[in-house]
Amino acid sequence: MFDVLDSHEELLKGAWITIQLTVGGSLLALVLAVLFGMAGVSSSRWVRGLNRVYVEFFRGTATLVLLYWFFYALPLVGFKFAPMFTAIMALGLNVGAYGAEVVRGAIISVPKAQYEATIALNLTPTQRMIRVILPQAVSLMLPPFGNLLIELMKGTAVVSLITIGDLTFRGKEIQQSTGETAWTFFWILVFYFVIAQVLQLFVRFAERRVDRMLGRRPSRDTSLATVSASAAGTGVGG
Amino acid sequence: MPQSDTAPESSEPKDEAPAPSLEKATGRTGADGVPAGKDPKPIDAAPLPKGGAPGITFEKVVKRFGSNVVLRELDFTVAPGERVTLIGPSGSGKTTILRLLMTLETLNEGVIWIGDQTLWHMDRGGKRVAANQKHLHEMRKQVGMVFQQFNLFPNMNVLRNLTEGPRRVLGVSQDEAVERARELLELVGLADKLNAHPTQLSGGQQQRVAVARALAMQPKVLLLDEVTSALDPELVVGVQDLLRDIANASDITLLCVTHEMNFARDISNRVLMFDQGQIVEEGPPEQIFGEPSEQRTRDFLQAVLAS
Repeated sequence: MFDVLDSHEELLKGAWITIQLTVGGSLLALVLAVLFGMAGVSSSRWVRGLNRVYVEFFRGTATLVLLYWFFYALPLVGFKFAPMFTAIMALGLNVGAYGAEVVRGAIISVPKAQYEATIALNLTPTQRMIRVILPQAVSLMLPPFGNLLIELMKGTAVVSLITIGDLTFRGKEIQQSTGETAWTFFWILVFYFVIAQVLQLFVRFAERRVDRMLGRRPSRDTSLATVSASAAGTGVGG
Repeated sequence: MPQSDTAPESSEPKDEAPAPSLEKATGRTGADGVPAGKDPKPIDAAPLPKGGAPGITFEKVVKRFGSNVVLRELDFTVAPGERVTLIGPSGSGKTTILRLLMTLETLNEGVIWIGDQTLWHMDRGGKRVAANQKHLHEMRKQVGMVFQQFNLFPNMNVLRNLTEGPRRVLGVSQDEAVERARELLELVGLADKLNAHPTQLSGGQQQRVAVARALAMQPKVLLLDEVTSALDPELVVGVQDLLRDIANASDITLLCVTHEMNFARDISNRVLMFDQGQIVEEGPPEQIFGEPSEQRTRDFLQAVLAS
């Protein structure tokens, strides 16, 4: 069972690629989600239309096909990208579409009374969004964002099909050279699971920070002392 | 940092300031820091708007929600610095009037004047056209509102709730905004809650902060929308007394919607009785509550006082 781990260098290299894809893809997805999510609540019909087009197109297309399209089809018309860049684009665009819906839903879930209070204080539309609405919406976004983040991480496995040496790709190599099919894929599963748990930890931490900003838990919770000590500073709205 | 020891997040502080008479008798200090009984606060020294309050005029104002006409060609005038209470049954359009003035609802027909300027219209080449965002932003500078549900921002502590508007909208410096916030919290008896989080405060305390937040924007017109309806009965009087003192100490033009007839009598120069989007009767509080001339008013007051 541990024979497979003789190839641990290969596995770690693969895991590193998977992590890079996850970080790159989720950062792109986050930017797209916030931009297009806010577009989705715009007062302008055109801007809202932009949100619909983006969300419907990239939510409705398979990541793998998107990947093939970037990797095999675009070079035919003269656009050639590095495989990693291609993979991050495909993952980010796809997950960003789901994220945009999360952001839009979270923004419209902030109580209307909060919005009215911003008008009564005469904040400009931009100030309303940045100072009051988004900071409160973040707490609603985080749990679904956690799901998307882990989905994205697991979804990176498809890049093995465009010859990127991620965790799954290395696993298949090891399986072929050792013939240890069951154990190879067992350890690959364990690797993915561990990465997912670490991601989940980050999301939990963010949730606690935001809860504290919104006064949903005491600011000096002893059980959080160790966590909060490592990250001083203000909340999202600060 | 918020003091979690003084106010557990889940339960309301029980020792909120009781009715003044009780405070006087016991001589104790309310939990919200109002020195009770002795040494009443010199409230007119507080940073309240003085002078320059505009009047308000509604000219044939119509407001519809779908096919439901809430205000039908409503005309009325509030003099500069006057304090007017709107009473009447639910759905009679009282709150809609405040919401139109705060630009939370759009106007269907008619004209609303604040001072000598139109709220929902502006002048372009001698023609009266619908106001744009810039005009509304300018006009809103004169108006402040306190809501039934307080609507404090939960993503900010008390201090930032009070400084955010002055800093971002009025362009006041951080130091000045903080100084003013301190004065206002002092005024509403919550000087010690500067760094508290809104969720750590009782309903009465949150409403006091909301009053301070509205005053921090130095409005010349203040709108009070059933500000004590969401409070526990024992907290109502404290907030009402505060508002009456503020009204007495400032020149602010005040429009107040309330179901508390004692408060209406206390705070206003004039009472308007509404029914079905129109004024049924108006007059000084002594007249409206003492000897109303309209049967509709008598029925309403009887129903309210019986409840």
